[in-house]
Amino acid sequence: MIDWMFHLPAIIVVIPLLSAIIVALLPSRIGWICASISSGLSFWAAIVLTAHMLDAGSLMRMSYFLGGWPPPWGIEFSVDHATTLVILVVTGLGFVSTLSSNALLLNDIHSDDRSRFFAAWLLTLGGLLGLVMTADAFNLFVFFEISSLASVTLVAMGSGRDKRALVAAFNYLIIGAIGATFYVIGVGFCYAMTGTLNMVDMANRLPLVTDLVPVYIGLAFMVSGVMVKAAVFPVHFWLPPSYGFAPMAVTSLLAAIATKAALYVLIRIMMTIFGGFPDMPLMIMQWVFIPLALMAILLGTVLAIYEKDAKMMLAQSSVAQIGYIVLGFGVATLAGVQSGFIHIANHAMIKGGMFIGLGGMAIAVAGKTRMTSLAGLGRRMPITSTGFLICGLSLIGVPLTAGFISKFYLVSAIIAAGYWQIAAIVLLSSALSVIYLWRLVETLWFAPADGVETRLPEQAMIYIPLWILAIANIWFGINAGMITGLAKMAATSLFGGMS
Amino acid sequence: MADLLLSHWNYFIVVLLMMIGLFIVISSMNLVKKLVGLSIFQTSVFLLYISLGKIESGTAPIIMKSGHDGHGNMDILYSNPLPHVLILTAIVVGVATTALGLALVLRIKASFNSIEEDEILNVKRAINSRSKSS
Repeated sequence: MIDWMFHLPAIIVVIPLLSAIIVALLPSRIGWICASISSGLSFWAAIVLTAHMLDAGSLMRMSYFLGGWPPPWGIEFSVDHATTLVILVVTGLGFVSTLSSNALLLNDIHSDDRSRFFAAWLLTLGGLLGLVMTADAFNLFVFFEISSLASVTLVAMGSGRDKRALVAAFNYLIIGAIGATFYVIGVGFCYAMTGTLNMVDMANRLPLVTDLVPVYIGLAFMVSGVMVKAAVFPVHFWLPPSYGFAPMAVTSLLAAIATKAALYVLIRIMMTIFGGFPDMPLMIMQWVFIPLALMAILLGTVLAIYEKDAKMMLAQSSVAQIGYIVLGFGVATLAGVQSGFIHIANHAMIKGGMFIGLGGMAIAVAGKTRMTSLAGLGRRMPITSTGFLICGLSLIGVPLTAGFISKFYLVSAIIAAGYWQIAAIVLLSSALSVIYLWRLVETLWFAPADGVETRLPEQAMIYIPLWILAIANIWFGINAGMITGLAKMAATSLFGGMS
Repeated sequence: MADLLLSHWNYFIVVLLMMIGLFIVISSMNLVKKLVGLSIFQTSVFLLYISLGKIESGTAPIIMKSGHDGHGNMDILYSNPLPHVLILTAIVVGVATTALGLALVLRIKASFNSIEEDEILNVKRAINSRSKSS
């Protein structure tokens, strides 16, 4: 290993965090360029890290001691294959949505405020990356709050267009803070019983604890706190308003990566920290995760069908899609966890692309996203709308798209675990999701436009990032080996911690 | 029960504060009061951690050069300093959360002309019905 590569885990997190401060001080014109460069550098560092991890073999674990203090005393950043996959998704989608953000913002944010906006943007990204990277249970809470405070600020920026964004941001703040505090209570219980905060060290010491009641209470608090952040049903209710009223650029960033990092933390707690208890986490996954995931899938899909606002519809469908990921984790077999990771990657590409595409079309009608105002835009903006449609087809899982791979692996994992009724529910909800996608297609292509039928100008900085994601959706639908392979290694490394 | 109450009274206070805080967050219509409730809730967790760090008859964790505590005792029992450090961090996070929340309340007051949740809800409903009819 080359010397500097040893520092990569820290570099990936530090680049966005430090450049957030720099961007805040720079003039607003170059805020977006600096944010793009910084998120691009982070993405590149993540690719180098992934390549290195792939070379190193399947049970490789890289750790970085912040300040040179070895664990369990110091804070440790640790990278295994589960981490690399999620880091790659978060940095990659962070980069693509940063590219499109400036064009999508348009009039949402006054041009003098752009540098501060991008500072909060980079803080969100850096916080989420730290969340994934850290191996210290308390440090995780700090990164949770860095990312959630920054993203609350971003959601509140939607108030220029619709003042309801402020209320959505306030509720997001309160619910998020309660979730994070629940997590801290849980960590407190586990710390009291083990005297350590390092996840691996805690995992080694927890099975030695004789009085298990505080440990289980701690587990319950931690899991319910993280579930709030991950927007798992029934604590998802902050998500649709926050996504719906945030500026379009912010929605594309948050929908692609924010809940994904929290979902990763959820599986990390279940399988790394509590890997020493084979029965209790397994029971929680099967008896709590699976029912909640099924309700999220059905409720999110049905609410999306009845939604009259296109942006809100996609936000509701995010609730259902998070359900699919949690369902994969809940099955708790190697294949199940693998399918969860596959969908983390694929859903990030799908929803990131759909929100960028919707934003690109909404710009033409002054940012309105109600179905009635979008009528006929598909014909008038062919480049953007075709990219949007490809991501949409991937969302419902049409063959040859990435979404199909997700559904295929999820359903096979469920059937292999013997829950064929649940597989039926998944297929049913996939069929139902055709309805809301069809409503979008009908509005965009077949509804009569109320104006003239001229072609509208389309911005390159919107459709290029959108097409990057659309092509990725097709590429990973045909050539799925890369994502499924990474996801398999991710699941294997998590299960390796279990034995 | 009474013994438990006396020996663990600080934990009972933690639970009491936690419930008071959560109740205020859930039940109060006033946004500022919600933030107050949130702060009480967070403070209860700070108290939980501080209580964990205390070791009976433990002293402040400052290592003396002489190796004794100034009274000639050689084996000194220290309290655990780590929870204090953690809570220092958590307090900073709590302050940031409250500050951001109050800033949002200011903006909500400016645009909705109210900080009562039910009145804000009425304004929101009015916006909803207006956008439906247009």
